[in-house]
Amino acid sequence: MSNDFKTLAKDGLWNRNGVFSMMLGLCPSMAMTTSATNGFGMGMATLVVIIATSFLVSLFRKVITQEVRIAIFVVISAVMVTVVDMAMNAWLHELYKVLGLFIPLIVVNCLPMARMESFSSKQPLLPSVIDGLFTGLGFTFALTLMGAVREVIGSGTLFADASLLLGPAFKVIEMRLLPEDMGVLIMILPPGAFLVLGLLIVAKRLIDQRSERRAQQASAVPSLA
Amino acid sequence: MKQNSMIHGLVLGAFCLGFGSLLALTNDATKNDVAARALEDKQNSLAQVLPDDIHDNSLVADPITMTNQQGREITVFRARKAGKITGVAYEVYGSGYSGEIRVMLGVDATGQVLGVRVLAHKETPGLGDKIEVKKGDWILRFTGLSFENLPLERWKVKKDGGVFDQFAGATITPRGVVTAVRGGMEFFAANKGKLTEAD
Repeated sequence: MSNDFKTLAKDGLWNRNGVFSMMLGLCPSMAMTTSATNGFGMGMATLVVIIATSFLVSLFRKVITQEVRIAIFVVISAVMVTVVDMAMNAWLHELYKVLGLFIPLIVVNCLPMARMESFSSKQPLLPSVIDGLFTGLGFTFALTLMGAVREVIGSGTLFADASLLLGPAFKVIEMRLLPEDMGVLIMILPPGAFLVLGLLIVAKRLIDQRSERRAQQASAVPSLA
Repeated sequence: MKQNSMIHGLVLGAFCLGFGSLLALTNDATKNDVAARALEDKQNSLAQVLPDDIHDNSLVADPITMTNQQGREITVFRARKAGKITGVAYEVYGSGYSGEIRVMLGVDATGQVLGVRVLAHKETPGLGDKIEVKKGDWILRFTGLSFENLPLERWKVKKDGGVFDQFAGATITPRGVVTAVRGGMEFFAANKGKLTEAD
């Protein structure tokens, strides 16, 4: 069983990473990654929603009939997003002021939908929640990375305003890597999102190819000996 | 077959009912807190443009509604000390690089700017967003200005022959804010009587 979770973790974070492999949820990934902090915030908000929707769909998987499942998934994700939005506005208001902007955007994210359709509607509770967790973490990783690349090249900073999102203790991770006005503006404008995403996908494929070749070599060597 | 579609309909209906109720319950549970937070936010943004020492009333207590030059209804919040109006604050609107910029403007009873703050905008992050007080002190330049110490035609960015700095790579954003504030000051000048007279 623990082996299964390892596969789930590896799949969610890397092998079928929502953004870099399945290319789902590209609208928020493009729009919200003008800085690493923004990407991280959007990723975390999505993480909460994916876990909630995966849990609910898995819980009701025996009553949801094949014919109306998509409509039910839509209802569930729309309701969960709204519930998270209202609850945060009321009880976590400081965080809401920073993240609030991102939350409604999760409705248009296909990633929770994809996990509901292909995983949690067929799997028991625990694996579904674990899958949601790692899919969300993978999404957060992808968005933070995209945000970081765009921010460093575009504005010369890294994790700017992180303390607004995570609390004053995180002031230390706010960095300025290039002097002010040195940034390449296009990177924080929409075209930059496409450029960075494309290049990061290339990078991921290269890494995958290399590790594949290595695995082949490793398996080839003992057979020769 | 007919039986089947009935079942699907019922399942879908049940889900809509269940999740709809969940939504209603959450709304009910959060309604008061959300309203309280919204009021706090309003008070906070007002407190930035109407300093504490000029008033002893609650700023959100007795707003009035007026119509600005563009025919848009605006809410005017009034600061009073011992019943006398010492300052007013209202929203002004500028057009930025990508959409409207909402700005809160505070003016004292003599027509001097007490403070200007941007409430909401969609400007380019890293360029136009220097109009936020969090990201730069450009917006503080307005404080203390009036039509007496700065003539109307100088309320422009430097590029247009005024006194306000534009940003490197972004002129439209500061121009939008300056134009909005100038409009707000003209509104004050035109309605000074109604704005400062205690009712």
